[in-house]
Amino acid sequence: MPLPNKPSLTTPPPPESDDDAPGVPGFRTWRGVYLFVFATFVLVVLALTLFSRVYA
Amino acid sequence: MNVLDWLVLIGAVVGIAAYGAWRTRHTDSLNTYLKGNSTTKWGTIGLSVMATQASTITYLSLPGQATENGIAFIQNYFGLPLALIVVCAVFLPIYRKLGVYTAYEYLGQRFDRKTRLLGAGLFVLQRGLQAGITIYAPAIILSTVLGWRLDLTIICTGLLAIVYTVTGGSAAVNLTQKWQMGVIFGGMLTAFVVLLTKLPPDSLPIAGALGKLQAVDYNPDLKVRYTVWSGILGGFFLSLSYFGTDQSQVQRYIGGARLREGRLGLMFNALLKIPMQFFIVILGALLFVFYQFQPHTPVLYNQTQWHRQIDGPQGAAFRAIEEKHAALHTVKREKIRAWAAVRQDPSLEGAARAEMLAAQKAADSVRAEARVALQAADPTTKKTKDSDYVFINFILTQLPHGAIGLLLAVMFASALSSKAGELNALATTSTIDLWRTFRPLAAHDEARNVRVAKWFTALWGFFAIAFALFVSFAENLIEALNIVASIFYPALLGVFVVAFFLKHVKGTAVFWAAVASQTVVIVIFFLGKAYPAHEIGYLWLNPIGCFACVLFAMILQALQPRPSS
Repeated sequence: MPLPNKPSLTTPPPPESDDDAPGVPGFRTWRGVYLFVFATFVLVVLALTLFSRVYA
Repeated sequence: MNVLDWLVLIGAVVGIAAYGAWRTRHTDSLNTYLKGNSTTKWGTIGLSVMATQASTITYLSLPGQATENGIAFIQNYFGLPLALIVVCAVFLPIYRKLGVYTAYEYLGQRFDRKTRLLGAGLFVLQRGLQAGITIYAPAIILSTVLGWRLDLTIICTGLLAIVYTVTGGSAAVNLTQKWQMGVIFGGMLTAFVVLLTKLPPDSLPIAGALGKLQAVDYNPDLKVRYTVWSGILGGFFLSLSYFGTDQSQVQRYIGGARLREGRLGLMFNALLKIPMQFFIVILGALLFVFYQFQPHTPVLYNQTQWHRQIDGPQGAAFRAIEEKHAALHTVKREKIRAWAAVRQDPSLEGAARAEMLAAQKAADSVRAEARVALQAADPTTKKTKDSDYVFINFILTQLPHGAIGLLLAVMFASALSSKAGELNALATTSTIDLWRTFRPLAAHDEARNVRVAKWFTALWGFFAIAFALFVSFAENLIEALNIVASIFYPALLGVFVVAFFLKHVKGTAVFWAAVASQTVVIVIFFLGKAYPAHEIGYLWLNPIGCFACVLFAMILQALQPRPSS
């Protein structure tokens, strides 16, 4: 018998789109947010590399 | 500690717990109890994710580790932002779309019951044992230093977490974690500012010259534990397993008003985690410099145990080690000053640096001798590393009253926040994936589900307390459990990768692929222990185990007889 996954009394969440706008000023899509996070990560690694070189 | 410290400590720790329990005392909806308030915003989710990941070990032990070994540990977090992007783009939308309570519930929908039970079982097994360690690890350090009874420290911390987690479930965990992170940020910043006021000029160059500021290492050797490659690749898979498949994290971001809130909460962590960890490890590196210029730097930072030996029957031997260290420390301090004076002069700098490093090596050898002597005299000291006591030693001896209470509140707040997240996740998995699987008809009774979830929360809480009390009697159990936890993740991640990206693979193939890849990881791990010359850094087990699971699943699926049309 297939198992119910949640109780019937719980209201299911309304359907939502994967492409829901991020609502962050300057970013129209989530792809833009991810690129920004990735670029920041690269900059942080470069900054730490520079930090290691300066204080080696 | 004086009255002011006690007021700050109790006010912050008990006050936040009581507030959380009071505000969420009427939580009777299963959705709110297991996923948190439906109006939760991204800031609360982001802080909650951060609070669950960072336990007391992060704030207590990491500065000490940087004091001993430098800040290279930061590279372990390099894979985290990349993993969080994948979780945001792939994992979270699927969890939200299916409306699941747990990550393993998704496995049941995608594959079958046995794969769901395998995922839930692996999580409950390793996280249930870890929940005991979460209380035990800080309790043994704090009770040693403060002279409190270890068992009472464990019981009080555990009970406090149980009370508000049982009362309000995920809603209480989210609410309290937000305030606990406020205490943690405030406390750590206070300690950092006080440390800065006590440092000599040229602190960063001194730390760098003594090898404490090598943040990034591009060495391709697999045997080097912390490199940029193991951090990005191994750290990526480790973070993907933890944030994408560990219910204690999934539960933190799966709720919220909209998909956007969970995504922004995770991106908040992707941006802030490395800078936050850098702040903690740089605090440790600067603590190292601070102690180089103290007239009475301790030979070992676990001063309580050390003084116990000084006052004991072997006191003369311990005093001799202490005097030898004091003499070498004075020499080292002078060599550091000499190097700092000529460091801008290339003709003198090299020789001065060599003398300074030789002095450091000599002092370190006496510290190693002291550690061996202490462990031989008192085997219980093997359960902690001396570096765990560096930061707490600084807190108790250098901070003003009030700030001492605040920093102790940081340690307890971080223990409670990660503990509450774990209990909440264990209760949810036990209720949804285990209890309801064997009691399917009860799934429709919401009030009963909430009651069962509360019972499971309490049950796991008491189990964690009992286990933490038991751990104090068992040697090397913590290390064994940490190993168990780290080798269980890769296969579980492999199951989720197959679920998301290989639609043609079915439950039986992935189930046996997970079992086989788990065996591969365990064999590689123990071969490394048997032949240490060929041991690889443990972060590499994550991509290996995950790839093995995916590969085995594809092969086993290809070998399955195709259903006739």
